Amino acid sequence: MARAVTTRTKAINTAVAWTIALVIFFPILYTIITSLKTESEAIAGFNLIPSFTIESYIAVQTQNDYFKPFMNSVILALGSTVLALIVAIPAAWAMAFSPTKHTKDILMWMLSTKMMPAVAVLVPIYLIFLRTGLMDTRIGLTVMLMLINLPIVVWMLYTYFREIPGEILEAARMDGASLWNEIVYILTPMAIPGIASTMLLNIILAWNESFWTIQLTTTNAAPLTAFIASFSSPQGLFWAKLSAASTLAIAPILIMGWFSQKQLVRGLTFGAVK
Amino acid sequence: MGNITLRNVKKSFGNVVIIPDINLDIEDGEFVVFVGPSGCGKSTLLRLIAGLEDTTSGVISIDGRDVTGEAPAKRKLAMVFQSYALYPHMTVAKNIAFPLKMAGEDKATIEKKVGDAARILNLTDYLERRPGQLSGGQRQRVAIGRAIVRQPSAFLFDEPLSNLDAALRGTMRLEISELHHQLKTTMVYVTHDQIEAMTMADKIVVLNAGNIEQVGSPMELYNSPKNLFVAGFIGSPKMNLVAGAPAEKLGAKTIGFRPEHIAISKTDGEWKGTVGVAEHLGSDTFLHVHTDALGTVNVRASGEIQVSHGDTVWLTPDPNRIYRFDAAGLAV
Repeated sequence: MARAVTTRTKAINTAVAWTIALVIFFPILYTIITSLKTESEAIAGFNLIPSFTIESYIAVQTQNDYFKPFMNSVILALGSTVLALIVAIPAAWAMAFSPTKHTKDILMWMLSTKMMPAVAVLVPIYLIFLRTGLMDTRIGLTVMLMLINLPIVVWMLYTYFREIPGEILEAARMDGASLWNEIVYILTPMAIPGIASTMLLNIILAWNESFWTIQLTTTNAAPLTAFIASFSSPQGLFWAKLSAASTLAIAPILIMGWFSQKQLVRGLTFGAVK
Repeated sequence: MGNITLRNVKKSFGNVVIIPDINLDIEDGEFVVFVGPSGCGKSTLLRLIAGLEDTTSGVISIDGRDVTGEAPAKRKLAMVFQSYALYPHMTVAKNIAFPLKMAGEDKATIEKKVGDAARILNLTDYLERRPGQLSGGQRQRVAIGRAIVRQPSAFLFDEPLSNLDAALRGTMRLEISELHHQLKTTMVYVTHDQIEAMTMADKIVVLNAGNIEQVGSPMELYNSPKNLFVAGFIGSPKMNLVAGAPAEKLGAKTIGFRPEHIAISKTDGEWKGTVGVAEHLGSDTFLHVHTDALGTVNVRASGEIQVSHGDTVWLTPDPNRIYRFDAAGLAV
């Protein structure tokens, strides 16, 4: 028998859902509200009605050039994603279609690196960057971001590739397809949705990464995360400007996430139910 | 041409031997069915012929050419899979055209051959659809279409009808048989459904634990099973097999008699029994009769017989249709 959902239960559920959503969204909402306040308003205390001034945004752009860290964020996020896919696609491919008895161990080992706190390897990485001249360079940071997200990228792609039925590949082989044709005409078109959602997730992860981007940059390669952090300075806190900078930093990724949410949700829940 | 020969073919996965040693000849144009219970190695045998699995040892030849080490694509065989294995991102037309494209055929030829295949299989109206928009039967037809366009030397079918419902299975069975008459190409067909085996095959290969138990025409297997396994496997409902005193009386370890070779009477006969279950199908009546002498006996009577649960009946086997087996299970 189907469960009877009364109007009252529905109303309560809706109210609860909205409350939870608002609580989760509130920090972002309050950041946006604060960014539209003056500095004195922002420091005065809790207040949900701003004076709708954009002076903080103008200040952020004129005092600290927003465009440069924005471009750095774009380059780091896209660069590390492309690099990660170049490495991860063949890796996941091999593990999904020619697994050995150690494949599971390799996958677990890769994931285990994500369990280690980043600060544990800060000193060696810092020294490597310093001695090899990679400190505060885009190339160094791109490689770094690629490496820290690589385990997740490999895992996601591996799960996707595993979902492609082996019989389809065998059918292609029977139909006379060479390995190359099999990859071009059968595997890649079938894996594109998986590759796309992995790409989107990696862009978001790389965009939001703040530990290494702050530690390994000063001015040249600093992305938006470092840009936000710079507003918490020894001269004091500038809440309104900090909020304006934060809003500007999250806006691009929020917009991208909004438009690609369908793809993302599918990517993250793929394989959960058959 | 489509002669397939297997000589001393062995297959093992690690220490597990799936096929110990098989020799088999499949003649050009024959419809050969591999039949056997789950795990008997029939699909593995088909995959060895296809080249999707490597043989551990032995030789597989097609038209006299040793293909043991050759890739599947080079063997000129076409295969239809149980799961259809259609390319989900391609339309029906592109699915059927794929092997031709791989063979480097020109556009006009591809179009003509796809059109011909679609006509044979009643798929003309569905050419622009994707597999996801088709029913199970239509998908299986597309899979067959993809196989026939290449004009292979033999078709391999791996339980192609087991995902379909009973009614559709019957229709598709006929369609595949008709296709065989039309194309006259060798077909090797794997199934665990012995009705499919009996109705479609020119030659049935009965497999058990990786060994060939018997090879023969459906009627040879039905009339002269070589051993207990074949006797019990071929025929529906299954042959009644009885050991002990009734068998010894006939000088055998085990005797067998088919459900349709038993006369049934309400007044007299050789064995007395009580009807446990009576299944009235109209065309036939299936009875499960509990007897003191033989245990439970399956009886198939033609037409409608007015008996029901608890009735007493007398059974008499046709003396000319009693099969006798020795202690090793071989037919005497």
